[in-house]
Amino acid sequence: MDNRSVTCTVNGRKRTFMIDVRSSLSDMLRGEAGLDSIKHGCDVGECGACTVLIDGKPFNSCIYLAIWAEGKTILTLEGLSTTQGAISDIQQAFIDEGAVQCGICTPGFIMASIPILESDVPATRDEIKRQIAGNLCRCTGYEHIVTAIEKTQKKRIAERARQV
Amino acid sequence: MYNFKTLYEATSVAEALTLKADHPEALFLAGGSDILIKIREGRLAGVDLINIYMLDELRGICLEENGSILIRPLTSFTDVAMHPVIKKHLPVLGEAVNTIGGPQVRNIGTIGGNICNGVPSADSAITLKAYDATLEIVSTEGTRVLPYADFNLGFGKVDLGPTELLAGIRIPKASWEGSFGHYIKYSMRKAMDIATLGCSANVKLSGDKRSIKQLRIAFGVAAPVPIRSPKAEELAKDKTITQDLIDRIGEAVLGDVSPRSSWRAGREFRLQLIEELAKRATVEAIGKAGGTING
Repeated sequence: MDNRSVTCTVNGRKRTFMIDVRSSLSDMLRGEAGLDSIKHGCDVGECGACTVLIDGKPFNSCIYLAIWAEGKTILTLEGLSTTQGAISDIQQAFIDEGAVQCGICTPGFIMASIPILESDVPATRDEIKRQIAGNLCRCTGYEHIVTAIEKTQKKRIAERARQV
Repeated sequence: MYNFKTLYEATSVAEALTLKADHPEALFLAGGSDILIKIREGRLAGVDLINIYMLDELRGICLEENGSILIRPLTSFTDVAMHPVIKKHLPVLGEAVNTIGGPQVRNIGTIGGNICNGVPSADSAITLKAYDATLEIVSTEGTRVLPYADFNLGFGKVDLGPTELLAGIRIPKASWEGSFGHYIKYSMRKAMDIATLGCSANVKLSGDKRSIKQLRIAFGVAAPVPIRSPKAEELAKDKTITQDLIDRIGEAVLGDVSPRSSWRAGREFRLQLIEELAKRATVEAIGKAGGTING
């Protein structure tokens, strides 16, 4: 089977991977790059546990060919931490709100929530639910997850307003 | 790792068509949200693929000089829903594709893939049918234009030859101008679900907004392919908008449909949905057009 090199920016670093063309992006990021936040959940785009941002938009990395990542900018949960290893506000909010139980779905939920967190338009709880509709959680019942996202967005909007 | 055999990579539409002519058994791979999953499930294991996902010349939406809305097939559902031309002139299509899957699926899934799959539940297909879309189909032999009405040949079968590629979807100006549409997807869940039934209706009203000049109404999962209801459309033509007319539209559509029982829903339930959604979608479309029911 053909091998191919794929060059893309992962969590701010330009990297080149040598991969089998049959690889999914989740195979490449978890297997080759060692980014363990990417979970192989359903592997058919139903559960969202492998969600990453590609050029700022959430995608299921399990149903995305690794070769399509050529030239793209990819962000995974690992990219949210500071270089000193401190976790981000949204990760802390998930802990504070009890939005994490077994934790398998958590990286996917957090990545799916980023477009909301980066928006200056406050999202209603219904809008948050719509944005995370492609992610499944079997432990928490979702309400705490929605609250963690809602509070973090409010906090960020307030912080941005102070900076202006 | 996906279990496909050979991946041919096209760097232009011309190259994609040459590859398809040389390997007619290979499947074009667009966003992959159907094909890659079928490979994963084993139903398409060992298949040959021609990768066209990177071909930006097949992506995007524009308003052509003659007023037609041109949608290139690799445009994602998210990009269809967000595009200013769609928001301004054909918002019902954006509303329809926004009911598909979840955000991740709408970012990868393409409108061309949705209609080329040929399944009766395709949310974009129902509205494109209701707006008399035309399809531009290309091969190394040349280009042909086909009314979308003639594209679906049966469940999962479309009129695409082994060497052909869908290159464009057009909605003529006469079709979208002055028309107001509404789409209703009935499904068990609000997201990540396939339509149990879909109904897309659009109307053009008279100048005084008291009567329907034209009704077009299409259904998904009401037959083996997405269909229109000529009986209801004929009935509504040039009629004053009354509750009685709405009820008769609901009855008339039943003469054009042939739903089946599946694990999602029985035939009787689908018939009830067809009648009810036809009425609701028509009423909503009339409301968007500025009309009201005159008694």
